[in-house]
Formats: sequence, structure tokens, C-alpha cells
Amino acid sequence: MPSFKKLTSKIIPLPLDNIDTDQIIPARFLKAIDKESVVEGLFADWRYQSDGKPIPEFVLNQPAYQGANILLTGDNFGCGSSREHAPWALVGWGIHAIISTSFADIFNNNALKNGLLPILVDTKTHQSLFDLAEENPDAMLKINLEDQTVTLPNKNSFEFPIDAFAKKCLLNGMDQFGYIMSFESQIRDFESTQIEAGSII
Amino acid sequence: MQQPKTLFKKIWDKHIVVEENGAPAVLYIDLHLIHEITSPQAFAGLHERGLPVRRPDKTIATMDHSTPTTNLSLPIHDSQAKAQLEKLKQNCEAFGIELYEMGSPRNGIVHVIAPESGMIQPGKTVVCGDSHTSTHGALGALAFGIGTSEVEHVLGTQCLLQYKPKTYQVQINGTLEAGISAKDIILALIAKIGTGGGTGHVFEYTGTAINNLSIEERLTICNMSIEAGARAGMIAPDDTTIEYLSGKEFSPKEETWDRAVAYWKELPSDEGAEYDSQVSLEVSDLAPMITYGTNPGMGMKITDLIPDPALASTLEERKASEKALVYMDLRPGQKIINLPIDVAFLGSCANGRISDLRQAAAVMDGRKVADSVKMLVVPGSQEVKRQAESEGLDKVFKEAGADWREPGCSMCIAMNGDHLEPGQYAISTSNRNFEGRQGKGGRTFLASPLTVAASAVSGNITDARTIIN
Repeated sequence: MPSFKKLTSKIIPLPLDNIDTDQIIPARFLKAIDKESVVEGLFADWRYQSDGKPIPEFVLNQPAYQGANILLTGDNFGCGSSREHAPWALVGWGIHAIISTSFADIFNNNALKNGLLPILVDTKTHQSLFDLAEENPDAMLKINLEDQTVTLPNKNSFEFPIDAFAKKCLLNGMDQFGYIMSFESQIRDFESTQIEAGSII
Repeated sequence: MQQPKTLFKKIWDKHIVVEENGAPAVLYIDLHLIHEITSPQAFAGLHERGLPVRRPDKTIATMDHSTPTTNLSLPIHDSQAKAQLEKLKQNCEAFGIELYEMGSPRNGIVHVIAPESGMIQPGKTVVCGDSHTSTHGALGALAFGIGTSEVEHVLGTQCLLQYKPKTYQVQINGTLEAGISAKDIILALIAKIGTGGGTGHVFEYTGTAINNLSIEERLTICNMSIEAGARAGMIAPDDTTIEYLSGKEFSPKEETWDRAVAYWKELPSDEGAEYDSQVSLEVSDLAPMITYGTNPGMGMKITDLIPDPALASTLEERKASEKALVYMDLRPGQKIINLPIDVAFLGSCANGRISDLRQAAAVMDGRKVADSVKMLVVPGSQEVKRQAESEGLDKVFKEAGADWREPGCSMCIAMNGDHLEPGQYAISTSNRNFEGRQGKGGRTFLASPLTVAASAVSGNITDARTIIN
């Protein structure tokens, strides 16, 4: 997994609640057997007309936001399906941090396993960030994961929560598979004392 | 005295392999279900690590999302779908996993075949790379959807890293009137608490209305827990559960059955057990529910008028509601009853079971699907299909002019060639009405099998109570 330490970027505003994973990547793009090609499907039905031409108004198609890495969006982002294709596609496009008032559970888990940082903010901060993005589309945010801070262009900053384990994994690009494997002997013990012994039927 | 525990806590505690401070628990998984869509990258990862599947005996695979529902003897046209299905077969062969292939007698939607065969039992931990894994909590299991990285973790280690979720008691009391079903209960709950209302929580459904439901109705309720944001929904095992599991293919047998039943009876939440959140819903006055927007929380009584987005509490919520009505081409204050529909879909892991087909067939018997409507009836599994055919339900649907199809996810996710055309309206027993979910540009009204059947024969959105009485 790629590590995440610091990020400085413009804000891409997408002010809608309950953006579901079927919008982030429609189901017809889930037939891939790799992770790389799914980026083609990112917000496909919001980005492209049915003839394949880009919809110029959609924020990801606007020239000003090309190369930006921080998505600012509405409540309950990533609800719906468990498809990890959603963070694969977002990261593939260049989104490395998402700011919202809440994230759906499975999306949140999937994001953290792909170096994509979900930043949880209160409604007041959320609103002030939307105001900032509207007033000054070139405003840059500085994210520092070690300090758990986001700094605004006026040097004001706010802290964001993240649990210690997720933070460690992101800072070090740590693979959680290896972490589980480090408990191999405990898993073997559990299987022999609990499962095979019939304590769990 | 021991602290009273919830059903969730009892199962959680029993499956903790390691729990260290400041890190998520290592949770043991009793059953891992896999399908073609969310597994290929997980197998590729495992292959790269040079590791085997740790417990192929606790892993079952099926093909469901992109399988055609038309003649299964014909080649699959979609080369990408074909390649993905073949990949699943290769992976199952290489890693020694049992696969219920397309067309085989045990094939079907993963969330239909696992309960019907007795694989899902109270007290088990069950995962699948599919958010509707919440379905299986209906049998008193702890079951939830996971991402593909986690599928790889479970394949390789039979364990998952999990923070303990919060618990949420959902009390559903009252007696359902005729024409009201489990689908209406869960749509009413989601309309009440919203699509993010259960985030971070596991639901436990309790109350008199839940006690009186069959297992198939409970599966419908738990299936849509995720649509309220809860990863899992659970119902404590009771006599209905035990009776349902008795004699099933994978149910414990003889002496093990007796031990299992004794264990299951210890699982219900203790008197006085505390939950982190609570909500209650009285269903005696419930009407058939229907969605009008583009998420399952945008639901209302079929007799109500479409709400005004201006009443939303935040700007983002208002924008999302306005966008939904534009997408659906509906107006605030409009009646939903009598709106014309183009497609009726009966099926999915929410409502593709035999009791769902029986309810719809009872409405459609002797009636015809309206000329303007195309109706697809897609049984949830080969077993459901066999049972329906043995009862003559297929004939009822066919004589009414509906398409009787092979099992699969079909038009619930529209990956297999069954899909809406842009602008079409569908009334559907599935669980998601997101933009484009049933086909790019398609518009979905979610409802119960009774409402779908009644609307199919009328050609427009119909309160089934007006034609079944």
C-alpha cells in the first residue's frame, strides 16, 4: 500500500449528500479482473454523456481541478455497495484525501487499505471549507497526517480524528495482511481450541 | 453476576483471536462466501504472496452477478463477464474451493443459496465481498460485507481486522395488516432513520412484529440493513429459526444438532443488555412503502405525496433531493400512485425467494401484465426455481405474460445484460434505487413483491390492497 504523510492541494468541491458507490463507479465497470483499469469508470455517468463526450460542468472535468487531490463532499460518502473498485478508481484519478461529515463504514475501511485518507469534520468546518472553495477555487489545503491537521491558506488549522492503527498503517504504507499473519500461532491455537474442539458449532 | 450481553456481543467475544490495545481485533470467520465480482484481485494478491487459501473448507463460491438469466446453454456474449466468470472457476480450481457454477443445481444468488442450504447458522461469523451479506443475520449470525482487500485477508488467514461496532436496537412492534410485508417494514425504517442512520452500528431487530415473521421475511429485513448504513442486521434465533434449519443440507445432524440447538438457545440478548442506540417503529398502521428518489431512504407510503426538497435540513441534503427529483423527473407534491411504469422486476437477494414469488403469483393469477409493461421474474436460486415450477408458479407468471428467467442478480445490478433503457421507469423488488443502478439513465421505484405484481398488471403504480381485496 502507498504511504500517506503530507498532502498539499486545491479542494475539489462536490456538495452532495449520500454519494453512493454506484455513482463513484457504476456496476458495468466491475467486470475488470485488475485494479488499474477501473479508473475509467470513476463517476462515469456524471463525467460523460451517453455518446462518451465529457460533461464540462462536472467538477472533475473542469480544467481548474486537474491535478487536484482533495475531494470535499457531502455526508455519508461511499454508501451502498462494498466494491473496493471505488477507492481504486478515486486513487487512480489522483484523489488521495476526502473530507466529509461522515463516511459509510465499508467505504471507509476500503479507503484506508488503499492509501486514501478519509478526513472527518464537523458541520461548521465542513461549511467553511465549502465557502472557501467557492470564494477561492485556487485555495490550497495542507494536510499533515502525523500531526492530524489541515491548514488553510490563512494559516488557521484544524485537527481531524483518526485511530492510531489506521494512522500507523497509512504513515508507513503498512500492509494489514502481514499484520494478521503475525498472529499465525494464535490463529492456529484458536482453531484447535475453539473450532475443532466444537466450542463454536 | 456476569454483565448482560447482546446477541452481537456473545458472537463477537467468541470469535476474537487477538485483541490488542490501540488496534482492531483479529476476528475469526466461520464462513466466507465469494462471487465473481469482488474476488479476482484478492486471489491475484494471494497468488503474488505465494500463499494458499487457509480454509477452503470454510469457503464457498458462486456465480451470480454477471450470469445471464436467459438460455444458459448459449455462450455468454459479454467477453469481459465471460473472462471474469472463467477467472473465478480457475481460481476455485487452483485454490481448492467448492464452486456452485452457473447452471448447476445449487447455483444462485449468494445471499439466497447460503441460507436455503443451511450454511448460515446462529452464532456464526459470515463475510462476503458484498454489502448485502447483512442478509444472513436473519438466522442469528454475525454477517457483514467486506472489500476485496479484506476478501484477500480472509482467504489467506481466515481472519479479519475489525473494530468493534456499536449496537443498535431496532424495535419493531405491531401486527401487519393484509397486503403489508417485510419489505414495507424495512423501507419504512430506512425512510425514518436515513441511509446513514446506522453507520458504525450493528442492528438487532427485536419486537413483536419481528417475532411473527418467517425466516424468509427476516432475510428481507436484514438484507436492507446496509441501506440504512448498518453493516450487519441480526435477529435472535428462536423456534422459527430452529424449525427452518431442521433437515437442511448443511445443518448439523443427530447429536451435533442437539448440541447446536442448545448453543443457539443461549445466544439471544440477555435481559437488561444495553445497546448504544435505539429506535422503535410501530407497524400496525403501516401502508405499502415505495421509494420516489435515488437512495433507499427516499421512501414514503404509497398513498403519500412526494416531499419537497426545500424541507431538507442542510444545503447538501437539499441539493441531493433536488438532483434526485430531476433524475426521476418527478415534482414535489406529486401523487406517486398511478404513475406509469415500463418495467416490473421481481427478484434479487431482497425478494427473490419462494415466498416472494408466491405472493406475487397470487396477485397475478388470472391477470395479465399490462401491454405497456415488460415484467421479469428472476428466481433467487435454482432451488427457488425448482420449487416454484413444482408449484406451477412459473405457469402463472408466463400466462400473465411475464418473462420467467434463470436465477441470478439480474436487473438488481444490471451487469448481465438485463437492464433498463435510459429514462425508463421500473418498479422493482430489489434493494437499491441509486442513479443508473438498474441501467444507465434508468429510474427505479423500490417496493414489495405485492406492489410490484399489482403495478405490473395495472401498468402503473398501484396499491395492491385495492386489487387483492
